[in-house]
Amino acid sequence: MRGADILRFSVHALKGYPVRSVLMLVAMAIGVAAVVLLTALGEGARRYVTGQFASLGSHLLIILPGRSETTGAHPPILGETPRDLTLDDAFALLRSARIRRVAPVALGSAPASWGRRERETTVIGSTADFQRIRHLKLAQGRFLPEIDPRKAAAVCVLGAAVRAELFGPEAALGRWVRLGDRRFRVVGVLAPQGQSIGLDLDEVAIVPVASAQALFDSPSLFRVLAEARSREDLSRAAADSRDIIRDRHEGEEDVTVITQDAVIATLDRIFGALTLTVAGIAGVSLVVAGILIMNVMLVAISERREEIGLLKALGAASGKIQLLFLAEAGLLSLTGALLGLGLGLLGVWAGRELYPALSLAPPAWATAGALAVGVGAGVLFGVLPARRAARLDPVQALSGR
Amino acid sequence: MIRLQAIQRKFVVGDQTVYALNGVSLEVEHGEYLSIMGPSGSGKSTLLNIIGLLDHPTSGQYWLAGKDVTGLADEERAEIRREKIGFVFQLFHLVARLTAAGNVELPLTLAGLPRPEREERVRELLAAYGLTARARHLPGQLSGGERQRVAIARATVTRPEILLADEPTGNLDRSSGREIIELLESLNRQGLTLLLVTHDPQLGRRAARQVQMRDGRISGDGRGG
Repeated sequence: MRGADILRFSVHALKGYPVRSVLMLVAMAIGVAAVVLLTALGEGARRYVTGQFASLGSHLLIILPGRSETTGAHPPILGETPRDLTLDDAFALLRSARIRRVAPVALGSAPASWGRRERETTVIGSTADFQRIRHLKLAQGRFLPEIDPRKAAAVCVLGAAVRAELFGPEAALGRWVRLGDRRFRVVGVLAPQGQSIGLDLDEVAIVPVASAQALFDSPSLFRVLAEARSREDLSRAAADSRDIIRDRHEGEEDVTVITQDAVIATLDRIFGALTLTVAGIAGVSLVVAGILIMNVMLVAISERREEIGLLKALGAASGKIQLLFLAEAGLLSLTGALLGLGLGLLGVWAGRELYPALSLAPPAWATAGALAVGVGAGVLFGVLPARRAARLDPVQALSGR
Repeated sequence: MIRLQAIQRKFVVGDQTVYALNGVSLEVEHGEYLSIMGPSGSGKSTLLNIIGLLDHPTSGQYWLAGKDVTGLADEERAEIRREKIGFVFQLFHLVARLTAAGNVELPLTLAGLPRPEREERVRELLAAYGLTARARHLPGQLSGGERQRVAIARATVTRPEILLADEPTGNLDRSSGREIIELLESLNRQGLTLLLVTHDPQLGRRAARQVQMRDGRISGDGRGG
């Protein structure tokens, strides 16, 4: 029997029992579509998060108070009570030839008000270099002035949402807003930035670092952002930062230095593992589909006993019967898997249209793996029914026993 | 052509052993027309299944065309069935989802013949059996007589040497039955060895040689017609 004839015979047999065939196709298609969709989601999330960090600039160092080496989690959850990071610590980092600029960051929350409008706002205290390090874009006005960072100045830059909520259609530039118990003149408004590493920059007010320290009555810094001169200088700049702070903190290494690379690599690993996990979970549905194919094929064989007996009488050896039923299982699994791939890709396309920021895309390994596992499971679970068909006694099969 | 010697076929049912065939010896020459008659349970169909290599004897020996085929492996038995033997059943056993032409083509497909050759042979045979107009019909759309003619076409499309017919008219009315038996006899006149199992004595007496069976043994083997 030729390959094309086996295929034609299988197609005929599957068409002969449309409900049963469609059921098996749907089971396999759902399994493959689930793998494609879920891995696309995982991969999209990975790209989104690592992209967010990458957009901060690839030469970035983050210096956190505390000795924990936990990367990717900030502020560190673990670790001993840290010695505070101060402005002097921050600017001492510039002693390293590999560090181009630093931006100390003080963080707190305060009610912001203008006229009768008031809202709780995150207040960031920093310097003019904060804009350069974080690549912030301005919609109006200018950023914080280049002044002595130890000097408090009553100026602020508002996030887009804060500006919109406090001022509505009115101009904000040059107006005085109240942050906590102090007044600040609005010198600039940020362009909408959106969420970035857990901080919504549309919802902030940025003031000079000394003003923030006075506002929150605390000399300590939330963190220090530093920019290395080049990507190659990054690891040396991190070592320099540790050395400088250790010198300043009486020989104790009580800060955590995170490099941009380390953060991205960690996130990449976390989301990679997450994608693998969801692929595994969805993969289980492929095995379930395989088992369904086995069950339905077993039922089919008991219904087609007479046909199997006839094929044997007409000269089909047991091996040929087995091949015919395996071909049916393989054909079903392959068609179902391809259908599932189409459905999955359609879902991915719809997801991309709805949430363009996520840039959903199934990884090639997941697509190929889903197809291979789907077809493999179908054929593997087709072996038992095919063997059972091949072992049928032709006389009994023909008599319907 | 066919030589059986001391063939036994026993079945174990629960704690009882039943001999469907008990020491059957038979020789059939090439081109013979032989009917096997006997009451239900006499072993006619079992004998036909053993001759057709669908069943194995428990003991005894079987030569087909001079070759001992008693202990052949599944693959070799299938090959002999494919090339030398055609079956016609009482219940037709047509594949319901295949057309008349598709059913006739099936043995040629299993034999691996190229498609154009298969189609040519099927067309010729359907024309010879007056079934051209029914070629594209499904078995459910055919009358009983037509179904059996399709089944005979399927049995003979590989040009076998032996045709085994098990109650071929058992499911047909009198007129269709006569047509079918005349078709089978014409095939025998063309050289085909024909073994016909029937419990109808009138039908059995049409054969040149009549074998009577009772309780798994041959109780009579005579020539008549």
